[in-house]
Amino acid sequence: MKSFTNANPRDMAHAVTLMRQARQRGLTSVLAGGGSDLLGMMKERLVAPDVLVNLKAIKGLDRVTPDGGGVAIGGLITLDALAGHPLIRRQYAVLAESAESVATPQIRNVATLAGNICQRPWCWYYRNGFKCLKNGGATCYSITGENEFHAIFGGGPSYIVHPSDTAPPLVALDARFRIAGPTGERVVPAADFFTLPKDDAARENVLKEDEVLAGIVLPAMRAGARSRYHKVLDREAWTHAVVSAAIVLDIDRDVCRSARIVLGGVAPIPWRLPEVEKMLAGQRITPELAAGAGEAAVAGARPLAKNGYKVPLTRVMVARAIIATADLGLRNAD
Amino acid sequence: MTVTKLHIETTINGEPREFLCDSHETLLSALRNGLGLTGTKEGCATGDCGACSILLDGRLVPACLVLAPEAQGRAVTTIEGLSSGDALHPLQQKFLEHAALQCGVCTPGFIVAAKALLDAKPNPSEDETRYWLAGNLCRCTGYDKIIRAVLDAASEMKESAI
Repeated sequence: MKSFTNANPRDMAHAVTLMRQARQRGLTSVLAGGGSDLLGMMKERLVAPDVLVNLKAIKGLDRVTPDGGGVAIGGLITLDALAGHPLIRRQYAVLAESAESVATPQIRNVATLAGNICQRPWCWYYRNGFKCLKNGGATCYSITGENEFHAIFGGGPSYIVHPSDTAPPLVALDARFRIAGPTGERVVPAADFFTLPKDDAARENVLKEDEVLAGIVLPAMRAGARSRYHKVLDREAWTHAVVSAAIVLDIDRDVCRSARIVLGGVAPIPWRLPEVEKMLAGQRITPELAAGAGEAAVAGARPLAKNGYKVPLTRVMVARAIIATADLGLRNAD
Repeated sequence: MTVTKLHIETTINGEPREFLCDSHETLLSALRNGLGLTGTKEGCATGDCGACSILLDGRLVPACLVLAPEAQGRAVTTIEGLSSGDALHPLQQKFLEHAALQCGVCTPGFIVAAKALLDAKPNPSEDETRYWLAGNLCRCTGYDKIIRAVLDAASEMKESAI
């Protein structure tokens, strides 16, 4: 790891100032939350900052607090604390389940929510130092290369999949992201935070220079709402989603008033399925309807040479996840 | 750029300790190279393998992904802190009895991770134990003996607590 100096901000505004000051002196800076992704990238020299702005120096940004009918979550909460928080488990199960599914106990004890959302892609070309679109180059090596874990939706010119487990639930829950920056705070809906590579292949989100994801605000859940996170891995634990689905259903007696369905592991952003959501709205959830939703979920899929398996996997998973979330059991989901 | 050493005051295995480190030094490096606590191992250095597992304020963390200055004012527990004098911790004893190790490089990480599990959950199921230890990789023993050792230690610790 290259040496750097530590900068310990008092608050988010100070963190923003420290980043700007570093840049004005011709130095590069990075924000460090838990550091579980950042230190790996620094060891690989994918980033080599002169100044490390240590967000953990700021107190009180790791809390869950009631906010109107919903909750505000500090970006520095660890994934373990988030997964175990009673209010999150009770009201926003999809988010707790997703946080609990990340990596290992060791990683979840250091990794933060904001860091999980803002982590860079885990495409093996990028992480192994290829000069790809994410790393200052002009090529996505996955297009003709080893692309079994790459995007089937929304790809081009980069085909990464967004690696965050917590991002699909946050989009499904209609979260708002609080962003601190040089001119104060701006608030962005979760769905607008993530950006497609066709807009800027070097980035994954709307954060600009000197901006920080400070926290998340979740709206109140309606009384009949229920939510689940389903994650398919290529082994039993300790890896990213091959395909995942965040499902939020608002059910009144037997009828689904509204649905939010967002996929992970299949696109460069959390991939929302508005057509599927429309199919479910106002309907009773039946195995037939769920199977149709699975079909509709993959209607626009464009697999690469080696990731075609994700299409049937997504189709079946969406159907099963809808059934499971609606509490109908798995017996007829196939 | 001038880089000065940082002076860190911390508590390690119950004893107050001080050390000097670089800002970019990992806690793993400070423990092994600065403080001579070589029980904590470096495996992958990227948070994948769990060999460097330690407790920081009682939380299980990978020391390879924690910067040394973060130990300031905190309490660190390493594998060296588990035994009481010559008396092994029940987890250490059960790893021996079950032959739950071969080369031994992953063992300190497994034992510290298992301690974190039993501290939080004295009576874990086999499934809970296996999921909890998913972040600790062993390339020679095979996991079954390790799981047996942890579960046996748990039941012994429960009996001795009664």
